[in-house]
Order: sequence, then structure tokens, then C-alpha cells
Amino acid sequence: MSFDLAVIGAGPAGMAAAVEARALGLAVLVVDEQPAPGGQVFRSVEAAHGDAVLGAEYSAGLGLVESFRRSGATYRPGTTLWHLDPDSGEMSLTPGGPAVARRVLLATGAQERPVPILGWTLPGVMGMGAAQIMLKTAGAVPSGQVVLAGQGPLLWLLAAQLKRAGAAPALILETTPKGRLAAAFRAGGWFSGRGLLLKGLGLLRETRGLPVVRAVTGLRAEGEGRVQRVVWDGGSADCDTLLLHEGVVPATHIPLALGLEHAWDVRQQCWRPVVDVHGASSHDRVAVAGDGAGIGGWQAAVASGQLAALDAAHRLGRLTAEGLAQRAAPVRRMQAEALALRPFLDALYAPSAAVLAPPDDQVLVCRCEEVTAGQVRAAARLGAQGPNQAKTFLRSGMGACQGRMCGATVARIIAESRGVTPETVAPLRPRAPYKPLTVAQLAGL
Amino acid sequence: MYATRPEARPATVEVFVDGVAVRVPAGASAAAAVLLAGSAAIRETAVTGAPRLPYCMMGVCFDCLAEVDGAANVQACMVPVVAGMRISRQAGARDALMPEAGR
Amino acid sequence: MSAPEPFQAIVVGGGLVGSAIAWGLAREGLRCVLLDEGDIAFRASRGNFGLVWAQSKGQGAPHYQRWTRYSANAWPELAQELAAAVGADVGLHQPGGVHLCLSDKEMADRSDRMAQMAREAGNSLPFHYRMIEAAELREMLPALGPSVVGASFTPYDGHVDPLRLLHALHRAFTSAGGVYVPNAKVERSNAAPHDFRVFAAGRVFEAPRVVLAAGLGNAALAPEFGLSAPVRPQQGQVLVTERVAPIFTMPTTSVRQTMQGSLLLGDSVAEVGYDISQKPAVMAEIAKRAVLSFPFIARLNIVRAWSALRIMPKDGVAIYDQSERFPGAYTANCHSGVTLAGAHARLLAPMIAAGQLDGMMDSFSARRFDVRDAA
Repeated sequence: MSFDLAVIGAGPAGMAAAVEARALGLAVLVVDEQPAPGGQVFRSVEAAHGDAVLGAEYSAGLGLVESFRRSGATYRPGTTLWHLDPDSGEMSLTPGGPAVARRVLLATGAQERPVPILGWTLPGVMGMGAAQIMLKTAGAVPSGQVVLAGQGPLLWLLAAQLKRAGAAPALILETTPKGRLAAAFRAGGWFSGRGLLLKGLGLLRETRGLPVVRAVTGLRAEGEGRVQRVVWDGGSADCDTLLLHEGVVPATHIPLALGLEHAWDVRQQCWRPVVDVHGASSHDRVAVAGDGAGIGGWQAAVASGQLAALDAAHRLGRLTAEGLAQRAAPVRRMQAEALALRPFLDALYAPSAAVLAPPDDQVLVCRCEEVTAGQVRAAARLGAQGPNQAKTFLRSGMGACQGRMCGATVARIIAESRGVTPETVAPLRPRAPYKPLTVAQLAGL
Repeated sequence: MYATRPEARPATVEVFVDGVAVRVPAGASAAAAVLLAGSAAIRETAVTGAPRLPYCMMGVCFDCLAEVDGAANVQACMVPVVAGMRISRQAGARDALMPEAGR
Repeated sequence: MSAPEPFQAIVVGGGLVGSAIAWGLAREGLRCVLLDEGDIAFRASRGNFGLVWAQSKGQGAPHYQRWTRYSANAWPELAQELAAAVGADVGLHQPGGVHLCLSDKEMADRSDRMAQMAREAGNSLPFHYRMIEAAELREMLPALGPSVVGASFTPYDGHVDPLRLLHALHRAFTSAGGVYVPNAKVERSNAAPHDFRVFAAGRVFEAPRVVLAAGLGNAALAPEFGLSAPVRPQQGQVLVTERVAPIFTMPTTSVRQTMQGSLLLGDSVAEVGYDISQKPAVMAEIAKRAVLSFPFIARLNIVRAWSALRIMPKDGVAIYDQSERFPGAYTANCHSGVTLAGAHARLLAPMIAAGQLDGMMDSFSARRFDVRDAA
């Protein structure tokens, strides 16, 4: 099957790109791992939009999903891209056969930043994003003593949602250090981003009265066979479910595997693909839009998806340069507005050094191969210069997740050990298959 | 431990988690079913045998690997439940020679 | 420029070949520096299949067959020594190995090849092999597919964890007093007999011996030292399955079970220059052949795959040399860093330490290409 534009991911960026590209007459393929469109932010919105607990902003995603459904794009849900040859545009997909596209837009979104603490592999410790997915896909809430630990807008959104559902967390452990608010105001953006800021203040108001410990450090999970206690410097509490969150980072697995040029994002402390204003990457067939190109939230993602679609149409001769400029202008204004609060949020919720590189040698950093921070430090002392050599020595990043959970942590620990800046250490280089698949699927049997 | 909210999403699909019947809402994943069933673990790691439950629920961490309808090491958070689905604990490295049902 | 740092040997290249030689030199009591690339490198050692393999090496080149056999024989001691030195378990398992044949033609060709190897081995180090028919093979390996008509077997073969080997060699080298310098791509060098300077990582290293073990990098480096290293990249792709409970009692040339439980499926051969991109069509071919050999493999998940570049000498046979113009400069070039690790650490390194390659190494000299090209 041959297409003008293939979009990988049916979240806000991917859906918006598909809608825009279809409107311009492009033949569009949308491939998504999930069974229904929406991405993680609007996960299951067609089924769950009536659940008031999730809030009005979530339900607003329904409109986007509906216009995507009507767009006429070829939609392959439940489908994994396991290899892309950027030079030819050939995509290996499973289940089902391959496809080829003249332009490929990666809209693979974000993942939660791993929070490697002692005990984070214990059953009952999860990401806050995971708890939200339980809410969206199953209407389910964690029961028993629920503790939220970490920081970021999602923490307060989840706390509010759980409270609305009658399952308010027993305790919130906020890791934001003292004095950050002043730094955030200095970073700017709060005035132009005041709409989002007000929404955040609303969440804070809604969650008032929940027990909160602030400026928490030294977080760890303890228990026999499952989490039973959460401990921090100066305190501890019983706990049945510990939900962690330290923000989200771009899902760079496929862009890195393709060898796209990446840049270190100092504000967000992560790698992101280098893209131009329309999302075009360093490879002339490939664009990246949405949180995958740098965290900006769903409204910015919609705008970047539209821009990438306009650019695709222009590159394929369906839109003149003037047409592109004209149509892109209002979208770029919308994007700027959506991104206005980012400097403020990034400064307020910057992850601590301990989250990026756990100081305790006993912490498991690679959950799959069960490699500790101490082992990574030993490899660095032996001369490992980055996560690729550490992978060779320790198997960190060789498990089923292919380094999605440990790659950044291993690189950071090595950077610290070597006494160099994080951008000096190149990220783990993933290879295909981007996700495991059976030998039979790979062989096309 | 997770609980459904029947007022929002009625639990209408019956699946079997480690052989025990549990009803979960349509749209839930196999991994969600394991959490709703209150299982102590969805897998034991192949490296040290440590118990794990799902961590990310969005296809990233691979800690939800389970046996789903006889297929080993399936990323359970990526598979929506269907009536009668059998989900069981992935106990360490799989037995490669064991024939699988329905695959 | 900083002051020259004196050593007794400089080894260029921290892959399996370089680190085995460097450790061997350090073991001989030489103060040795090992110059390596950084985190991103072609690094064939990271792409190795992990076989200690004698049965296919050296057809038409008896000296290479012998060298390989020496190395396979030296392997148990190498493994023990690494265990004693740094407590490393490199997972050596050397029960012999088989090459599966999927058609009568493959079986006949293989049989001819084995017979030739045995003829060429002569009597000094006889080459024992057996062609095994399907019925007997099924007793040896579980779940063989119906397409397998037989196999060749030699008792010398086995496998190790090549990554643990690399890690162990680095640890052993360092603990024997060796100095490891990463991010040290050779920028320039000065060569004189038994007097070498290598400029790398903003430092100057000086020694009476230099060993070039930089893999494909040797081609460009060797002429600086009056040597020649006609090697080219040859791409190989490998697939790795999830871990499964122990199933195989011995390795095969195309499927082996690692000590962690994964099955490695491979490996392909492609002449594509410096290209390490993965090709789904090649990956599919590897997968299909694996499934023909062992149908149960179809159900397993592939968790990783890679393509890497072998270091292939012009005629496929290893190249070892000491420079005539600048004695003290050596090259080591081969695509069998695992198999030959035993020979590199325990035989070659002592020769280099002593300052002279044995007569038996003459046939490995790159001068063989001059003769052939002149002829």
C-alpha cells in the first residue's frame, strides 16, 4: 500500500495531522499501537467521555477523535511499526503487511520520565500515567492507602480526578524543592500562559485539604513482595499503591533508531529530535510532531501536527509556498500560545539530580535486566563512555523494553561519573525491531 | 489494588486471571484485568524471579509481560480484554517447546 | 601538547582482538596502554555471534585451520584465567558444535568441505569430524524441523558470551596494571624502529611496541607503520529472541542459546560497505531459516536485532604482521575475535612481548597479497 503521508501515532498530533492532510487531498495512513484513537491524553475518550471524573478538558478530545474518524485517512489501529527505512519510506508493520509513504510523520508522543528509586520495581509501584490509564480505559481507581509522590501538573490532575471519584489519595509527597516558584516566575511565560496557569490553580483549589508533604527528598518504596511503605527523609507512611511522576519526556526510541539528529534539551533535561518550525527532521522524508519533538502538551501537539501536514502537502506539490505560509501563520500563533507556560512549568518542575541519576548504588536502573546504579558506576570507572558500551558490559537496555526505561538514567550516571555534561554522552542507539515481535511475524510466515 | 466504578464503567467482560473468573469493563487491557483481580504479580522476572506488576500501562516498560490465551510474554497492557480471555502469570523464562493454544 | 607518556606497548583498538592482546601483554609484565574509541563505534565486538568455532575456519589455508584449533584448545585455560583474574564467568561451553544442512545438496557440499579440512589438517593436528544423519541428529537436538537432513559435527566447537568476554578482558587488563584510554582515536603517529609515538585524546603515548588492532580502522592506520592491512567491512545481521528455558545442548552455526537463555539467530553475510542499516528482507531470511531448522522458534519473540560489520581480510584469512620497516609495529586483523581470543591472549601476545612472531606466523603476513598480486 502506498501513501502520500504516513502518520505514526494517533494522539493529538497524529490525528490533527491526518485531518489536515486529508483536507489537502493527501492519501494518508495512520498507524497506531492502541485499539482506539486519542493517544495517552485522550485514551479511550470515545468510551469514557461521559465520565465526569475525568474532567471537561478530557472530554474535549472527543471532537478531535471524531474529526479524525471522519477524515478518510486509512487507519490501522492495534498496529506496531517495527522498522522504517527512511530512505525508501518502507514501513514494516505488524500485524498486516508493509506500507510505503512519500513522507513519514512520527507522532509517537511522550513517556513518563522514569523515577528510579529504591523499591520502584515492587508490585504496587506505578507511574501516575498508569493510574490515569486505569481511569480512562476501565474507570478504575486504586484502592487502599494510595500515595502520590513526585511533581508536575499531572500529579494535581490525578489527585483531583481521584478525589472526584471518591478515591482521594491518602498522602501526596511533592518533590518540588523550596524556592522553585520564584525561579518559575523568573523563567517567564506565566502571563501569556495564564489560561493554563489558572487551570492549574483550579486543580490546586480542588485538591486543597489533601495531606501534602512538600520538598520531599530521599524517596523509596519498601515492602515484602509488594509495596507496603513509602519512606522519605524524615518520614514514612503505610502504602498499598505508590504512584510516581516526575514529568514526561519525548518518546525518542524510533527517531534515535532512525539516526535522526537530536539535541539536548536543557530545560526539560532530555534528548529531542531536531526539527524546524514545521516539524521536519534531519532526514528529508521524516517529520516529528507533538510531544515526541519536545514536551508541549496536547494543544501544542495539535498545532505541530497541522504544521507537519501543511509542510507535507507543500513538499508533495499540493500546496504552494504562499499557501503554506498563509495557512501556517494562525497555527503557529496557536502553537505559541499553547507553549507559553512551558518555561514556567519546566522551571517549576525541573527534576532533581537524584531522579536523573539515583545516588544510591542499590537502585535498579534497568528494570528488565536488573542492573543497578552501582554496576553502571563500576562500568564507567572501567572506561565505559556512554550507555552503548555500558549495555555491552552490563546488558542494561538489552531487555524487552530495549532501554526505554533505563537509557537516559544510565547515560546520566555515566556523565556524572565522567564529570561531563549530560549532552556530552550520546543516547542509547536503539535498533529494529522497535518493539518485540514473533519470529513468525518477522518472517512473514 | 484497583477497584472499578460500576456507575462509570460497568464490568461486563468476564476473563480468567490465573484461572479465576473476574469481570472487567470493556476497553480494559489484560494488564488492567490483572490489577483489578488483585493479583500479587503479573510476572516473575527471568533474571532473578522477582515479582512484578504493570508499571507504565502505556506500552513502554514491558513489566506487564504475561501469558495471554497461551501466548507467552505478551505485553498485556497493549491487549484489550475479550470475553473468555485467559491471562496468567509469566513465570520467568518461557518454555519454548510448550505448544501454545490458539496461536 | 602534553609530555609524552612512556609505555612498553601501545595497543590501538579496545575490541575483542585489541583487549585480548593488551591483556596478554600486561600479563607478560609489560606496561601497556590500550587506546579505544568512545561510546559510538562500529565495534564488531558488540555484534558478535559468540561462537568458538573451528569447524568452518581455514578451508584451503591449513595454517589458519591450525591457528584456529590452537585457539579453541587454549579457550578453557583462557576462561579459567579470566575467572581467576577478575572472577568473570564468560560462559564458555565447548561441547562440540553442528552445522545444520537443510537439503541433500547442502549436506553433500558440507561433507566435501569437511573432507577437505581433514585432508589439509594432515597428521600433526588431525581434524576429526562426523557427518550426522537426521535420525541421529534428532537425538542430539530437540525439535528439529523436517527440513533438516543432517549436520556436520566437530568436537572442538563451543560458544561464550562475547559481551562478558569483552567486559572480562577489559577488567583483567586494567587489574593487571594496564591503562585504558577511551575516546582515543589515533590523530597522528611517528614511527621509527622500536620507537613509536601515537597522538590521541590530546595526549602523546610513546613505546617500543605498537599493536594495531583497530578492526576496520587498521586499513588506514597500517601504512603509517610500514604495514598493510587489506580488510573490508562485511555486514552481518543477527536476531535475538526472548529468554527461554534451557533447550539446546550445543551450538549450531545459525542458532545458539546464550547463557541467559535467549536464542541468537543468524548470521547473514552482505557486502554493502560501511552500512549498518538493518534490512527487513534479510532479517526475514534469517528468521525463515531458523524456523526451518527448529519450527518452535516461530512462536518466540524477537526482542533485539542488529547489524554489524565483520572485519574481513581480502582472502578471509587472518592477517598478522610485524613491520619490516619499523620493527616493533604489529597488526592483527581477523573476523573471529571470540574464537581467536585464546590464541591472541596466550600465543600472540607472548610473541609480541618477546619481540618476534614465530615462524608459523609467516603465512599470515600481508606480504602474501604482494606475492599474489605480483604473480
